[in-house]
Amino acid sequence: MRYLCLAYYDEKKFDALSKPEVDALVSKCKAHDQELHESGHLVLVASLGPTRSSTSIRPRGGKPWMTDGPFAETKEQIGAFFILEANDLNEAIRVASKHPAARLGEQVGWGIEVRPIEMCRGSADERG
Amino acid sequence: MSGDSPERMRGMLDAVYRAESRRVLATLIRLLGDFDLAEEALQDAFRAALEQWPRDGVPANPRAWLVSAGRFKAIDGIRRRARFDALDDEQIEALADETPAWDGDAVEDDQLRLIFTCSHPALSPDAQVALTLREVCGLTTEQIAHAFLTPPPTLAQRIVRAKSKIRDARIPYEVPERAQLAERLDSVLRVIYLVFNEGYAASSGTSLTRPDLSGEAIRLGRLLGELLPEPEAIGLLALMLLHESRRAARTSPSGDLILLEDQDRSRWNREQIAEGLTLVERALSSRRFGPYTLQASIAAVHAEAPQPTATDWAQIVGLYDVLMRVEPSPVVELNRAVAAAMRDGPEAGLALIDAILARGDLSDYRLAHAARADMCRRLGRSADARAAYERALTLTEQEPERRFLEGRLAQLTD
Repeated sequence: MRYLCLAYYDEKKFDALSKPEVDALVSKCKAHDQELHESGHLVLVASLGPTRSSTSIRPRGGKPWMTDGPFAETKEQIGAFFILEANDLNEAIRVASKHPAARLGEQVGWGIEVRPIEMCRGSADERG
Repeated sequence: MSGDSPERMRGMLDAVYRAESRRVLATLIRLLGDFDLAEEALQDAFRAALEQWPRDGVPANPRAWLVSAGRFKAIDGIRRRARFDALDDEQIEALADETPAWDGDAVEDDQLRLIFTCSHPALSPDAQVALTLREVCGLTTEQIAHAFLTPPPTLAQRIVRAKSKIRDARIPYEVPERAQLAERLDSVLRVIYLVFNEGYAASSGTSLTRPDLSGEAIRLGRLLGELLPEPEAIGLLALMLLHESRRAARTSPSGDLILLEDQDRSRWNREQIAEGLTLVERALSSRRFGPYTLQASIAAVHAEAPQPTATDWAQIVGLYDVLMRVEPSPVVELNRAVAAAMRDGPEAGLALIDAILARGDLSDYRLAHAARADMCRRLGRSADARAAYERALTLTEQEPERRFLEGRLAQLTD
């Protein structure tokens, strides 16, 4: 069974961190990231560009309509996601808890949402 | 047994249902991997017993019989439905061929699996309580809704959602491994204590207590203590028994609240106190105790005092100090302040309570204002007492508590 793990952060608070503060946080992430990778459960990992690089598309009068910015205007935004393979929710939680966002960054709103998913193979994958 | 009358057989079956239905259900959930299927299978199994036992006699191991009958009926049902739903044949065979239904150890653990699954922290706290009462205690949706003053459709919806989350997110049917056990046990204990408290000091409504819920919580606590004798599980059971022992003494015949110091202690239930005290000792001697055992120890000090003046307040303050270290909270601090007032006088208590209120943590907590009022009353500061009782009154949602506070207000002299 596969689970999508969405790593959230408070963009405003994170952007307000000084360079040394960001560096300190990032340097602490490495060990956790490694532990997560070594778990052998990861299918896919990705980190997201900033929300200012985001474009949202909604239907308007039956046509796709574009707006600048993230879909939901909330203070918590998705900063990264990963997909993991696990037998059940307990195992998924055990693995996801190794991610830095489950242990660090409390002051900048880090956290993870774990959600079961059904995956289908995309055609771009097959092009290789 | 063919000589048994239908009435006797019916009574026998009812007794077996009461004693075994939850255990049979717990095992069926493991074997069938689905709550709804298991519940249906449980009903089918008892229906089969009603038909066959009068004819063939009661089996030597009724529980094993019910489990295999339920399992057989469920697989049969899935097969029949599969013809319409084009369900995977392999899946059905896998279900049918799985390990023998009767494995002693696995079966003993099934009830624990059920308890831990129902109070899984991935479920909402409301759902944990509802699901535990429904599945582990066997209360009907209507009974639970009534006990929590919730409309039955809302409660039914809550249970349906919890079951679909278990299925869709695949919450496993298992007892957590050692590393997770303490944390997961906390969640189970919290559910049990919540049920107890709702029965002991109902948060709203016209009646002060709902004894049925407390009884269920104690039954659950006892079961957990037998299945998993961890110190805090024992401590919680002790705490509930020691509170419960005062039930008859804490309300007047007209349903009014009677404070601990005014209770007729001859009406305390000695049997529950004796059991509670033994359990407290057992939990304390483990040296791995936590907040429930400490609260039970405080209740035990009260239980051991033949009259209020004989209460060892110094010991109670000391226990609150330990509790503050283990699990600090403003409410514990407030309780400690009240105990300190009994040891050092109301002036000292008032200073502590005002310090807590000044931080704003408990400014909307009715009992903080009631405690402040009581200190002022004992110090003869009637105007301050009046203001605090009035503030407490605006915050209470419970009828007997309102009457108590109004009574206190009326007694103030100037």
